[in-house]
Amino acid sequence: MASKDALEVAKKQGKLGYRIKRSKSCYVMMAPYFILFFCFTVLPVLISIAFSFTYFNMLEWPTFNGWNNYIKLFLEDDIFLVSLKNTLIFAVVTGPISYMLCLLFAWIINEFSPKVRTLLTLIFYAPSICGNAYMVWSLILSSDRYGYLNGILIKLGVINEQILWMQDADWILPCLIVVQLWLSLGTGFLSFIAGLQTVDKSLYEAAALDGVKNRWQELWYVTLPSMKPQLMFGAVMQITQSFAVADISIQLAGNPSVNYAGATVVTHLLDYGSTRFDMGYASAIATVLFLLMVGTNKLVQKILRRVGE
Amino acid sequence: MATTAVKTKKKYRFFKPRQKKLNRSVAGNGLLFFIMAICGVFMALPLVMIVNNALKPLDEIFQYPPKIFVKNPTFENFSDLFTVMSDSWVPFSRYILNTIIITGAGTFLHVIFASLAAYPLAKHEFPGKKTLFNMVVLSMMFSWTVTQIPNYMIISWLGINNNYLALILPACQYGMGLYLMKQFMEQLPDSLMESARLDGASEYSIFWKIVMPNVKPAWLTLAIFQFQQMWGNTGSMFLRDEQLKPLQFALQQVAAGGTARAGASAAVTFIIAAVPIIFFLMCQSNVLETMTTSGMKD
Repeated sequence: MASKDALEVAKKQGKLGYRIKRSKSCYVMMAPYFILFFCFTVLPVLISIAFSFTYFNMLEWPTFNGWNNYIKLFLEDDIFLVSLKNTLIFAVVTGPISYMLCLLFAWIINEFSPKVRTLLTLIFYAPSICGNAYMVWSLILSSDRYGYLNGILIKLGVINEQILWMQDADWILPCLIVVQLWLSLGTGFLSFIAGLQTVDKSLYEAAALDGVKNRWQELWYVTLPSMKPQLMFGAVMQITQSFAVADISIQLAGNPSVNYAGATVVTHLLDYGSTRFDMGYASAIATVLFLLMVGTNKLVQKILRRVGE
Repeated sequence: MATTAVKTKKKYRFFKPRQKKLNRSVAGNGLLFFIMAICGVFMALPLVMIVNNALKPLDEIFQYPPKIFVKNPTFENFSDLFTVMSDSWVPFSRYILNTIIITGAGTFLHVIFASLAAYPLAKHEFPGKKTLFNMVVLSMMFSWTVTQIPNYMIISWLGINNNYLALILPACQYGMGLYLMKQFMEQLPDSLMESARLDGASEYSIFWKIVMPNVKPAWLTLAIFQFQQMWGNTGSMFLRDEQLKPLQFALQQVAAGGTARAGASAAVTFIIAAVPIIFFLMCQSNVLETMTTSGMKD
């Protein structure tokens, strides 16, 4: 009889309704955030995806046109393929390097004393907080002899005449990659710095007794495994940044850039969305980009699970 | 092996003098310092440029080829800016008030809402947990440009167009904040909350008294990001009334005045960068101070 009761209780507790009721306080705590999240993120994303199956010029009501946007995107739009290629190059080169740089600099800064650390963090975060990166780089990459890079290279005798960095289709992408790398110490960097503060200090002492000999071993066996959640966070932020590169390209190389050498998926999207007012097509581009990022994210998360093993 | 490590500790007083550091070699410290010095020069360029430009007299601003460093520093640009500001149609104090409301509420509410939602996601089991969390992470990957139009539609449907809420409410739900807070809360040992629960503390008091103090570096960092975001928002998409617009909008209007306002515009660039930097320094120095509390973890 008693066992039957226990079974009943267990059954009752396993039911969805019961579990939801028991976690009432959880739902109440999440309510303010998620109500806003559904209104201002989920709903707009769903509407955008719906737009991608329509022709929508922002003046007339959207008209349904099935898979046409996607067909045009992959079969007819040559520039999209160029921009896709550029974006992939960008992501493959800047993504991992930026991520490593964020981690490396956050870790090095953590080696200094607290006062020096605040100052160093500010200096290294400066490109992200000042917002005038374009100003600095347009001086450096200026295409006349007064541009710093041209000036130095001519003085050193490496080149005889100035290179038109932002007008030469061969140079645009490499230059943009360098600028992007310089800008990379942003969100991920600060979250790594915060993450390093939360690593339990007693672990280092224990590790020293267990035979960890230098700071590099300490980094791999102690620090990185204890900040895995931050590493995951940094990776997601890195993916969203590397695939969405657009601003620096537009500011430095223009949109459209010479021979579309600086075109990325997002500059292409902006071209359709805000210049040509074809929101349906822009939404289709956004959806493709979204799927690309989701796939990359799955892959990266798999790799990161192996850190410190 | 431990003995060799103990030998090297406390040699370089420049590196964390207060603490005994294990496993650090002098050569390594020197190398790291060297790397940081070289890279630091490049990274500090924008800061150096903003300060120098703001102090340049007009003839130096228009000098060609442009120079980074100022020769005859002056505060003319700032006095120019204040002259322009004092004749504006809406008094500048109003813009400042608007900014304080929008940036303040947007930053504060986002940190609170995101942390409140992150706690159950990190430390409790309930139906729908995985789905909700995945939705937040994936939402960050959808291009923000195309959701602007649906967003505008929703804000007009809600009737909060031309209202502070049109900027504040969407800012409270950015995915990044929740994700950041959840990742940090996940690291907290369960025993920390368990003991409080046994003492009869409610989930809310556990959240306020135990979880939040222990993830202080996380929410301070989040506040930096959010402040920067809110401060940079001109609000021109949703706010039509001049009296509601934030300082950022007014300053950018001044800077857009062309050649005649080149001096004032350099001062504007300085102010636009200086405010988030001050906020950054306040928060970041607190982030870096929290590290000595190792006893809180088990």
